[in-house]
Amino acid sequence: MTREEVYERLNQVFRDVFDDETIEVHDETTADDIDGWDSFEHINLMVSVEDEFSFKIPMGKVVEMKNVGEMVDIILKLGE
Amino acid sequence: MRELEYPFHSEYILKKRKSIKRSLIDQSGQKRISKRIAILGGSTTHDLKEMMELFLLNAGFEPAFYESEYDQYWQDVMFDNPELAEFGPDLIFIHTSSRNIKDFPTVRDSNEEIEERLEEVYRHFEQMWEKIENTYHCPVIQNNFEQPFYRLLGNSDFSDPHGRVRFVNRLNEKFAAYAQAHKNFFINDINYMASCYGLQKWADPFYWHMYKYACAMQAIPELAYNVVNIIKSVYGKNQKAFVLDLDNTLWGGVVGDDGADNIEIGQETSMGQLYSEFQEYIKAHKDLGILLTVDSKNDEENALAGLNRPDSVLKPEDFLVIKANWANKDQNIAEIAQELNIGTDSLVFVDDNPAERHIVESQVPDVKIPEVDDVVNFITTLDRAGYFEVTNLSDDDLKRNEMYKANAERKKQEASYADYADYLRSLDMHAQIEPFTPMYMARIAQLTNKSNQFNLTTKRCSQADIEGFAADSEYITLYGKLEDKFGDNGVVSVVFGHHDKEDKTLFHIDLWLMSCRVLKRDMEFAMMDELVGRCQAEGIQCIRGYYYPTAKNKMVKDFYGMQGFTKRNEDADGNAQWEFVIPKQYEKKNRVIKVNEK
Repeated sequence: MTREEVYERLNQVFRDVFDDETIEVHDETTADDIDGWDSFEHINLMVSVEDEFSFKIPMGKVVEMKNVGEMVDIILKLGE
Repeated sequence: MRELEYPFHSEYILKKRKSIKRSLIDQSGQKRISKRIAILGGSTTHDLKEMMELFLLNAGFEPAFYESEYDQYWQDVMFDNPELAEFGPDLIFIHTSSRNIKDFPTVRDSNEEIEERLEEVYRHFEQMWEKIENTYHCPVIQNNFEQPFYRLLGNSDFSDPHGRVRFVNRLNEKFAAYAQAHKNFFINDINYMASCYGLQKWADPFYWHMYKYACAMQAIPELAYNVVNIIKSVYGKNQKAFVLDLDNTLWGGVVGDDGADNIEIGQETSMGQLYSEFQEYIKAHKDLGILLTVDSKNDEENALAGLNRPDSVLKPEDFLVIKANWANKDQNIAEIAQELNIGTDSLVFVDDNPAERHIVESQVPDVKIPEVDDVVNFITTLDRAGYFEVTNLSDDDLKRNEMYKANAERKKQEASYADYADYLRSLDMHAQIEPFTPMYMARIAQLTNKSNQFNLTTKRCSQADIEGFAADSEYITLYGKLEDKFGDNGVVSVVFGHHDKEDKTLFHIDLWLMSCRVLKRDMEFAMMDELVGRCQAEGIQCIRGYYYPTAKNKMVKDFYGMQGFTKRNEDADGNAQWEFVIPKQYEKKNRVIKVNEK
């Protein structure tokens, strides 16, 4: 999986979860940039990301993600 | 909505919840019942609330929610809580789990100490339920406890009093006893849910420690669906009848091609046994008051030959309607709904053929159509869908099939009388029309929630509401129970209203409804006579009735006119106010039913 491919799938997950077809995420995107991304929606986002990529993100990783870029790093690493 | 019908794809619903909600709300023409639901949680309830909202919207409710703060379920009830009081819940759901048991026994405890712990944990809950009953007077749904996710004593955890498994099982038993003793109290069986889902997945510690969820996120839609089934049932929104295909649904093979001798049913083959078990499952629903009908593309003769096989569990007489013909199935379904006098949204259509299911879905979208593929899964699919969730098993439910049969007999006899009044007299009808009484509170509440057609104001009431009106001297309440020579129809009519606050000679009717199973029997006149009699006894001179139109109650638009009321006004939406001044010499309208004779 390339970084671009991850972004393509990740964008769709974000659009579904936040019900907004215009969302484009990038490395620096954080919760502050997206309407409705609060702590509850974060849980749903995590579960939806796990479902999309068919693996479970360990607790330690969930806690340390700071922005979408780090999320993509983790996805790429788990997908290896 | 297809996406929300069982079996659904939980991850999909979780992810797409926002757009699903949008399209549910957009569904025009849906008149929904407003319900205020308080969720008191021992864990995070946010997603549970969101999922319940989707399933409730899909089931025809418009919910408003109150959520306790995290793990404040007990405090929210036990201490003064203006916010909850102001919210005024119609229903309280207590979402607790084994994670909330803080006082599990340890192996060092003596038997006496364990008993004390058990009693203490139970009392903690019981106190709360009692407080709710006294403060909020509304139905309560309480989770039981799922099995603990580890067993310190291994298999002995089940039998040894020190074991957590034993402790949870004993608590669950006490919860069950409380539920059986209290009518407005229902258990949400998460113990069963978790075992169906797989306890290990359900109780994944990740979700508790990461987000304080009592179960895995992916299990929440199932949990929400299960709770909503109880809510549907409490408010009378259950399905009522099966519409069943025959070939490859009730038996294996095609009776028209293979012949009745060669279809798969009975104990001879594994396949036959499977279909027999399914038939037994269906037949058992008769005792719950679920109506059975057939909709099959067959010559009737062949259909009957199949059902008449000695080893067929279901017999032709088990069905109220058998449509075995070559008409489109959706047409047959429309006719079945009409003959049974119930809405198509009350039907569950079971057919192994996806093409038939698709046609019915496109033509009669409110019919429930479970996706049954392989007979091995038929029972599981139907059972878990919970269309017929039982909350109040009333005697009327048990007798409903007989009542519908008796109705068919009456229809036959009706045809043989030239004069309708003669026919009505021949029915030898006896009615009991009395103020609401404890024995019928559940049935009366059920009727207010499921009668749509013969219902003047469509006011929905909980059992607690009904009990409140019965106890209030400002109210006059009446239920009507009708019996005739073919059988007992049970409680079929409900009327209640209240004195005007200022003018004591004026009375307002809040609700008048009647079950359509006794249409054209003059029961409405018997009710009117009794109402007038009771009003006179309380010095009332004038009765005001109200008609609020809905999509379904057109049949009673001019009901008050027919009872001798005069229309005072009517707004553009058709909401009308009628008035009846009680004459000095009121002449009874009913001449065919004997009232309160026994």
